[in-house]
Amino acid sequence: MTRDEIRATVLRVLGAIAPEADLAALRDDVDLREQLDLDSMDVLNFVVGLHAALGVEIPEADYPRFATLAGGVEYLTARRGADAPA
Amino acid sequence: MPILGADMTAGTLIAWRVRPGAVVQRGDTIAEVETDKGLIDVEVFVGGVVEKILVEPGATVPTGTVLALIREEAGAAVPAAPPVAAGRPRISPLARRLAEDLGVDPASVTGTGPDGAITREDVERAAPAAPARGRLDLARMRQTIGAAMARSKREIPHYYLATTIDLARARAWLAEENTRRPVTERLLPGVLFVKAVALALREVPELNTVWRDGEAVPSAAVHVGVAVTLRQGGLVAPALHDADRASLGDLMRALRDLVQRARTGGLRSSELSDPTVTVTSLGDQGVETVVGIVYPPQVAIVGFGRIVERPWVVEGRVVPRPVVTATLSADHRVSDGHRGGRFLAAVDRLLQQPERL
Repeated sequence: MTRDEIRATVLRVLGAIAPEADLAALRDDVDLREQLDLDSMDVLNFVVGLHAALGVEIPEADYPRFATLAGGVEYLTARRGADAPA
Repeated sequence: MPILGADMTAGTLIAWRVRPGAVVQRGDTIAEVETDKGLIDVEVFVGGVVEKILVEPGATVPTGTVLALIREEAGAAVPAAPPVAAGRPRISPLARRLAEDLGVDPASVTGTGPDGAITREDVERAAPAAPARGRLDLARMRQTIGAAMARSKREIPHYYLATTIDLARARAWLAEENTRRPVTERLLPGVLFVKAVALALREVPELNTVWRDGEAVPSAAVHVGVAVTLRQGGLVAPALHDADRASLGDLMRALRDLVQRARTGGLRSSELSDPTVTVTSLGDQGVETVVGIVYPPQVAIVGFGRIVERPWVVEGRVVPRPVVTATLSADHRVSDGHRGGRFLAAVDRLLQQPERL
C-alpha cells in the first residue's frame, strides 16, 4: 500500500468520525484534534477505525504520533512497510 | 408521547416500527419520534399485542398523548409481525434520517435499492440544493437546553463543591490495563470516572434521587447520564443503565455505543428519560474545572475537568502528579454540603483503587 493510499484511508476513517468536516481543507501539519474538534472518544474510534482498515494496532503510547495528519501517515507508512513516496 | 427531557412539551411521530396485531415485548422499539434531542426510538414498557395505532406519522402531539393501544397478554409467545408499515415507502433508517435532515419527503422519492427500497443515494439525488433543517433543529435544541437550565436555576437551590483527586494510581493502572486489551476494548479515563461516581452514589443515595411533585424520590437503580456534545452543536445526556453493576469493559462498550448513537441518531426513549444523575466532562476541551447545572428532575451533576500534571505533596515531598478536579453541583432540598463532601471523598477513594472498580 502506498503512502497516498494510506493517506486516503486515514481521511476516510476521519470522515466517518467527523462527517461534517471538509477533509480537503485539512492541513497536514496542524493538530488534528484542533482542526476537527476531536475528543478522546473520537481519537479512540480513530485508532479502532485504522486498525479495522489497515490491520495496524496502535499502542496508546504512539497516539501522539497522530497529532497531525502528516505524522499519522508517516507512522502508518512505516508500520505497513510502504515503499512508494507520496 | 414520552417525556424525554425536563422541558419537552411535544414530539413528532416519524414512523411506526410495528403495525396493529404485532406482539411486542417490554423494551421493544415500536416507533421513531423526532424531538429537540433528535430522532429517538420509542420503547414499549409493557408486553402485549398492538391493538390500535392512534397517531399517524407526521403528526406533532403533546407529551403524554397516547400513541397506540397495547393489549396486555400474559405469556404471549407468537412472533412479532414484520416491523414494516404496509403502504409506506421502504427506506433504511439511515436514508430516512438523511431525508429528514435534507427536508426530503420519502413518498416523493423513487427507490433504486432492493425491492424498490429508498437508498441514501436516492435521497441525496432528490434533495433540494440547500439543506433547510439543521440550523432549525439546533436552534430548537438550544431553546430547550436554555429552558431546562433556566428552570433549574430558578427552582433548584444549588450548592457547589470541588475537590482535586490524585490520579497517579488510576492512570498507571489504566495504561497497564490498556496494553493487555485489544484496541477495540481499550478504556478511557472517563469510564473510570463514571464507575466511581456510580459506586459512590450507593454510599450517598440521596444524590441518586429525582425530585417529583414536590418530594425527593430515591432511585434503587443507578443510571448515569453522560453529557455528550453533538458535533453540530448542542448536547444530550443519555443514560448508562445500572452503571454501578457493569464491569469497566461492559461500561466502556456501552459508552462507545451511546456516544455513537447520540451523534448519529438512534437513542432510545429510556436512555433519555431514565438518568438519575449526570456526569459531565470537558477535559478534552482543556477545561480544568466544570461546575454543572443540575438537570431536573435529577438532583445532582458531577463534573470532571482535564487531567493535568501538578506539584503534589506525598509523604513530605513535592512530586509531580496527574490530578483532576471533580465537582458536585447538587440540590439543597435533598442533600447538604456535608453529604456532598462525603460523596466526593468516596469518588476520590474509589479512584485510588482502580483495579477494584
